[in-house]
Amino acid sequence: MSDLRELYQQVIVDHNNSPHNFCELQDANRHAHGYNPLCGDKLSLYLTVNDDDIITDAGFQGTGCAISVASASLMTDFLKGKTIADVKAFFDEFHAALTSEHAKSHMDFGKLAVLLGVKEFPARVKCATLAWHTMQSALENKGREASTE
Amino acid sequence: MSSFNWQSIKNDFPILDNSRREKPLVYLDNAATTQKPLAVIDKVDEYYKNYNANVHRGVHSLSVKATDAYEGARETVRDFINARSVRELIFVRGTTEAINLVASSYGGSKIKQGDEIIVSEMEHHSNIVPWQLLAERAGAKIKVIPINDHGELDLNNFPAMFSDKTKILAVGHISNALGTINPIKDMIKEAHKHNVPVIIDGAQAIPHSKVDVQDLDCDFYAFSGHKAYGPTGIGVLYAKEALLEAMPPYQGGGEMILRVSFDDTQFNDIPAKFEAGTPNIAGAIGMAAGLEYINNIGLDAIATYEHELLEYALERAADHPQLKLVGTAKHKASILSFLYDGVHAHDIGTILDCEGVAIRTGHHCAMPVMDHFGVPATARASFAFYNSRADIDALFKALDRVKEVFKL
Ligand SMILES: Cc1ncc(COP(=O)(O)O)c(C=O)c1O
Repeated sequence: MSDLRELYQQVIVDHNNSPHNFCELQDANRHAHGYNPLCGDKLSLYLTVNDDDIITDAGFQGTGCAISVASASLMTDFLKGKTIADVKAFFDEFHAALTSEHAKSHMDFGKLAVLLGVKEFPARVKCATLAWHTMQSALENKGREASTE
Repeated sequence: MSSFNWQSIKNDFPILDNSRREKPLVYLDNAATTQKPLAVIDKVDEYYKNYNANVHRGVHSLSVKATDAYEGARETVRDFINARSVRELIFVRGTTEAINLVASSYGGSKIKQGDEIIVSEMEHHSNIVPWQLLAERAGAKIKVIPINDHGELDLNNFPAMFSDKTKILAVGHISNALGTINPIKDMIKEAHKHNVPVIIDGAQAIPHSKVDVQDLDCDFYAFSGHKAYGPTGIGVLYAKEALLEAMPPYQGGGEMILRVSFDDTQFNDIPAKFEAGTPNIAGAIGMAAGLEYINNIGLDAIATYEHELLEYALERAADHPQLKLVGTAKHKASILSFLYDGVHAHDIGTILDCEGVAIRTGHHCAMPVMDHFGVPATARASFAFYNSRADIDALFKALDRVKEVFKL
């Protein structure tokens, strides 16, 4: 089944088996919880943002399916070194690419493009977006739990 | 296997006709909802095509015919669960509404500050939350019968859980998350020793085993049509007549009254007192057709056959060291809840779906059960009599694919 191979690409399986940045950051100054009530996926995200609004470090902990763990793992890799403004702009494009059928993006999503396989699996899109919603919530520092619902 | 001819049974279900689809379907999500035989689909169709009318309201012959069919459905249900009288049967939306009706009407009038409600740790959310809402309103307390690591009720301390504050026991007949068959007859007997009425959530039991409400001596029994080969949006609350007579109405409106004036409104007799508004007429007729369909095969034959399917699935599961069962009760219905070597249930669900095998993944509306086993979710295959050994083989073949994808 080619769709299945598209969804569970090697990169995703690898990130699930050994996720990057899977730790609580002691000196984080942004923090949020994410929860997907449908799957029971739970995520805690930790970010360190410096005075120039640059994300200098990112980590996460939690439990979830391969898609949500790989998404958080890839995302935390991606965030490091980016400015908040960059990340927000990127999120909008990437979220549209994940969720809307017709979105045509000119942006190069780099390694994160592997996550676009979920488009063929509408029931799983929320698994891929959980980490990103949590990141948004951490940056806005709402202190509330981000939810996919 | 028994002399059951599953191949021809499958032909009764249009959705299982694989010649009509691109990819064969192996449907193993029967605890969520069962498929519908043509006998049910045709009955609903016939009602809408030939005698659609409101019930209890018209003198015209169409309405009389619709009323006869609707009340005939009540008689079919009565016979199916051996209630004393059709007066003891209320048509509702499903198990959930039946339990809410009891919590709201019976509970609302009988349960007061400081009273206690006993439920079990393995209940479906629909047999927890209505009681929590009531407890909050009334200032009552919920006591929970624990489960052991096999997913069986731990009844060691059960008799001591009752006090003169205990006002109701709410427990499931068969657990949808674990498959456990609970010893409800004994539990009802114990509750009655303390003069405590019992409501049984029978959603998972009705399609799989003979239920006799008089023999059980339960006070309330709730179930859904859609899990017993009937339509969605229809279900039944059975309640002993004396209880229903004493209970206040659940909802107000048409049908449930005899006379309305602004000074004094007189309620209708039971069961109409609890059926405000135009009911789900087609649903009731379809549900009765589903129960008749079950009767034609015979619940004993069904229970035996489904147990053979479970045994076969357990045998196959034993060959998969990666597979860990959640729910290993001695008395178990044909439900296989499992974990698979660290692979999240949703990944299993998606991969199986790609292989044409439909199972349920998640918390199964039983989060306390998930908490007990310390998992966020399980994968669950649940079998019906139209399933076969070949379907179970397909399940395990698809699980091999999980191994492949995750390189286990
Ligand atoms: C044990 C049990 N109780 C209650 C329910 C709720 O049934 P319904 O959604 O039909 O009201 C279900 C079905 O999901 C169930 O399995």
